[in-house]
Amino acid sequence: MGKVPDEWTYGDLEAGFKNAALVLDETFVTPNTSHQTLEPRTALAYWQNGKVYVHTGTQSTAQTVPAIARWLGIDPSNVVFISEYTGGGFGSKITGDITLVIPALLSKKTNAPVMMRISREEEHFIGRGRPSLLGRMKVGFSKEGRITALDMFVICDNGPYDMVGDAFSSGRIVSVLYQPQAMRWRSVTVLTNTPPRSAQSSPGGMQGIAIMEPVLAKAARKLGVDQVALRRLNAPAGKAPFGPLVGGKQAYATSAFIKEALDRGAEQFKWNERKLHTGKRNGSKVRGVGVSMSTYSGGTTGFDGLFVIKPDGKIYIQSGVGNLGTESWTDVHRVVAELLGVPWEKCEIAWGNTGKNLPWTCPSGGSQTTHAMTRAAHAVAMDARKKLQEIAAKDLGGKPEDYDIAGERVFRKGGGAGMSLARAAQRAVQLGGVYDGHELPKDINKFTVVSATALSGQGLLAVARDNYAHDGNTFSFVATFAEVEVDVETGQYHILDFLAYADVGTVLHPKALGGQILGRSILGIGHALGQKWVYDQQYGLPVAKRFHHTKPPTILDIPDKMAWAAVELPDPETPIGARGIGEPPVGGGCAAILNALSDALGDEIFRRAPVTSDVILASLEAGRPSQHPLRSNI
Amino acid sequence: MAVIHDVIPAFELFQPTTVDDALALQSRHGAKAWVLAGGLDSFDWFKDRIKRPEVVIDLSQIKELRGIRAVGDGLEIGAMTTLTEVVRHPMVREKYSILPNAAEAAASPQIRNQGTIGGNVSQDARCWYYRGGWPCYRAGGNICYADTPTGLNREHAILDADRCVAVNPSDTAPALIALDAKMVIRTPKGERVVNAEDYFIGPAIDITRMTILQPGDLLTTIRIPSTWAGSQFYFEKARDRSVWDFALVNVAAAVVTSGNAIERIRLVVNGVAAHPVRLTAVEAAVQGKPRNAETAELAGQLAVRGAQPLQYNGYKVPLMRNLVKRAIRGVGAEEAA
Repeated sequence: MGKVPDEWTYGDLEAGFKNAALVLDETFVTPNTSHQTLEPRTALAYWQNGKVYVHTGTQSTAQTVPAIARWLGIDPSNVVFISEYTGGGFGSKITGDITLVIPALLSKKTNAPVMMRISREEEHFIGRGRPSLLGRMKVGFSKEGRITALDMFVICDNGPYDMVGDAFSSGRIVSVLYQPQAMRWRSVTVLTNTPPRSAQSSPGGMQGIAIMEPVLAKAARKLGVDQVALRRLNAPAGKAPFGPLVGGKQAYATSAFIKEALDRGAEQFKWNERKLHTGKRNGSKVRGVGVSMSTYSGGTTGFDGLFVIKPDGKIYIQSGVGNLGTESWTDVHRVVAELLGVPWEKCEIAWGNTGKNLPWTCPSGGSQTTHAMTRAAHAVAMDARKKLQEIAAKDLGGKPEDYDIAGERVFRKGGGAGMSLARAAQRAVQLGGVYDGHELPKDINKFTVVSATALSGQGLLAVARDNYAHDGNTFSFVATFAEVEVDVETGQYHILDFLAYADVGTVLHPKALGGQILGRSILGIGHALGQKWVYDQQYGLPVAKRFHHTKPPTILDIPDKMAWAAVELPDPETPIGARGIGEPPVGGGCAAILNALSDALGDEIFRRAPVTSDVILASLEAGRPSQHPLRSNI
Repeated sequence: MAVIHDVIPAFELFQPTTVDDALALQSRHGAKAWVLAGGLDSFDWFKDRIKRPEVVIDLSQIKELRGIRAVGDGLEIGAMTTLTEVVRHPMVREKYSILPNAAEAAASPQIRNQGTIGGNVSQDARCWYYRGGWPCYRAGGNICYADTPTGLNREHAILDADRCVAVNPSDTAPALIALDAKMVIRTPKGERVVNAEDYFIGPAIDITRMTILQPGDLLTTIRIPSTWAGSQFYFEKARDRSVWDFALVNVAAAVVTSGNAIERIRLVVNGVAAHPVRLTAVEAAVQGKPRNAETAELAGQLAVRGAQPLQYNGYKVPLMRNLVKRAIRGVGAEEAA
């Protein structure tokens, strides 16, 4: 083989393999999967007074504006983007794309509103999909199961367009999650004459974990080590290092509490009891249990918060967060209500339309919103607190720090004079300057400046950029447990029980968090169970074009019992302590099912995902993995 | 007004209220007419704009085609009776439980509320090349895209292929054959009654049709004789998803035992050929034998004799074999393996 285009190394790989008690060398193929958003990417555009108005559903609201402006070659201030509800994105609708730009350009040309409707079938041509990774993992283990060396080589089936980052992130994610003592990562991303790809929930991470986890499961069996114990031994903790050496140093995580998630999850799932009863035939049925670890990036920094306390005593919060069903477009702003002592019912949120003067906000992708926008919400709430204290001191005497804020009032600490937030808002308008938004901080984004200027003079205007310190890279984690029952006469299997135990720092909104953990786990389970992406190899056309062909899991395919929990240990590198969670459960859900299947059936059944009944039945019949080692998507 | 291309092409709609009117419309419009039952098959074709009939004859207003009646010592089921009605009907459940079991395995609750038993047995092949509008043999062309070295044929036939390798997708069809049901067909020449097993045809007879229905014919009623009422039934459907999925293979059996011996049996599989396959050789081989694991093993081996898998559907051979074994072993067979 010639030179591999992309490569990094740390540690002494050779020594790691030499000192290993067990070396496994395995291949695995992860599936291509289309995004299957329930809402097709139909878009409507029209022009009014030199501005373009674009209606569609994307994952991000504020961040879609510069994307449209870039494509159209116009100033972002001439773009109004309306996206109140988004019927699923999963990485395929992060910001603006060609499907928004075509109607915008045609509308300009025709001087009439233009809608481009996208059918379900067309979604399979242009909706893009997760790229398959073909992985080869050579892994050295100590007799206790610690990874002494990992030589990882992945090939990414990129499709025809711009390069996707899945191969790159697969190496970093595997490195941070399993902490190999020495590691080499190599990859080739190959342009292929196959349908276009893009990011899909946990891009690269899901694939890296699905390739790695079956190797860990096999190693634990060969070494006679408990599956949970082997993962715990390799799991990251604290400021865990990962990835290539840059200037002689590795990057590191802000924090990691996955060992705690493994411990508590194993207890809740009764892992030690259940594992005793697996692998034995009962009639045609056999059960297996699996555990997996998973991680992905969990947050970014440096965005803006913006709200106005108006003389009616209510807080008018401007949210540039996209509404893609995660609830983060409202949840992150609860920080403001809490820090100002205002009931949530008295907070009005403007959202979903950049004509409503929204602040510069992170893209809703890569699970960054919870982390990034609680930081911005904290920063802007602190700005409001400072202004309230200053207004109180001006009117009621003393120093600003003599005042506290709670119960919709700013008041002198220890009792005494105070005023309502409504009154303070009135005073802010009278004072002007920084208090009502006529003077703005210098460090906020240009996008926020335009919005804040439009809102000035209406009350106490709070606006701030997140400048909080942040040491490390933010990751969230999940430990996933599953029990399956396989019918060896039909190859069909069913998931009996499932638990995802997450490390996401502080929990903002338990119900929404549970929805994310279980919902994304189901996406991952679909990758294991049989979600299909099928194109004729001769003619290059999709043959799986309907949901009964592509087979996303139905409500009857999900586990009989499904639970989630969170360790609730705050991340020390962010003021609220909260991290995002969208991505990690995808790899976790997929790998837990794969590991439960190999626990039930042995290691020689499958070398790829999804593991469908034909794979199981044909392999059991042949006594060895029966499918072509590198072929998937049939 | 903009022209929108992602809707059903226009057609002239007729909604007759009697079978006579429907037949008259069929003969008036001939090959231009399309007969619509529940629409689960038809609307796929229409929305994909692959089938563009000029005239659609909707049977939904014909009361005489709906409902389940006791007739003599058997039952009559109108062709426009929904799958949900079949599933819930007490008489069907009591004596012919294999039919509601099979009907309930079809599709999803919403589809069963709309889909009819006549439509379920008369539906077209679901091969994704054919349904995708590829100009294959079945569509009047001169190639089978599924049966090539690169063709994607995991769901396709292992038996009785002739140029086309599509399978019959019906879940109720094998159950009806197991019950020795009769199909009542109105033709321009009058009424005709055929055995359910003769209703279905393979590509060797006519590659463009799944049933014996000719243009102008109408399936009106399905008669279930009492011959197999209350016998021991077995129905199982292997599929990728637990709901809303066609069978990879399904099996239906009606068995009457005397002591432990199989006195008489009807055994049918579907999803393996362009028509449901009644396994008469297996029926003959197991007759008089005890209903046990040994007989089941023999039946399974015999059932798949002559199967010819394609590149990606080799698993259907052990799957069909195992389902036949289970049908012989009987209910609770999974536990008894």
